Amino acid sequence: MTVKELVEKMNLTVFCGEDNLDKEITGCYVSDLLSDVMGSTKSGMAWITLQTHKNVAAIGSLKELACIILVKGFKPDDDTLQHAIEEEIPMLGTADQTFETAGKVYMNICK
Amino acid sequence: MITEYHVNGGDFTNAGSVSSTVKKMMRQLGVDSTVVKRTVVALYEAEVNIVAHAYRGVVTVDLQPDKIYIKLADEGPGIADIPQAMQEGYSTASVAVREMGFGAGMGLPNIKANSDILNVNSVVGKGTTVEITNNF
Repeated sequence: MTVKELVEKMNLTVFCGEDNLDKEITGCYVSDLLSDVMGSTKSGMAWITLQTHKNVAAIGSLKELACIILVKGFKPDDDTLQHAIEEEIPMLGTADQTFETAGKVYMNICK
Repeated sequence: MITEYHVNGGDFTNAGSVSSTVKKMMRQLGVDSTVVKRTVVALYEAEVNIVAHAYRGVVTVDLQPDKIYIKLADEGPGIADIPQAMQEGYSTASVAVREMGFGAGMGLPNIKANSDILNVNSVVGKGTTVEITNNF
């Protein structure tokens, strides 16, 4: 499933990366510990988190993630958004909590 | 090719910028993607360690045809017990750093797992030097 298809299925907010929504999602990782994400994600994954600071975009870029999904209505900080735009990483958002978000992503990309 | 970068303690806004630059350099030289990915994880964690724990540091990157050697030398409090610091879950990070999602005690284990050769030397009250070598 592409990021664009997931955005449509889950009605996600697109904060940035509109031109990079055709990336294929290869899996998903849920964590708010950045070293855990650095050590455990693989390129092409979606990442669900409540962290909003600039390092989130840096990790998304370094690990070549397909997209970052912020939960609970959180929005990326201004410098996070700027960095994500420069690195062409789609940053998405949902009002759902982490559990519901992970469940919906799972149902969409694993079923 | 040797390049040098300066990293400031507490400057989380720019944490990861050296990793990003080195990643692009390795890609341009056509280094195998698996090695690039491992190096990026190790370097990012080491870079964040300077930002989170030290006052300032210098990162020296020696990119050779068959390997990359990275030395991160910081001025900071140093590490009293290196084997303890290498244990997963052990951290001395501040509350503020932990709230950002760092300081879970996974940094040094991540560096070790993603380096072919890792050397950590430290003098308490002076600073720490981390050397990472990855072969292509």
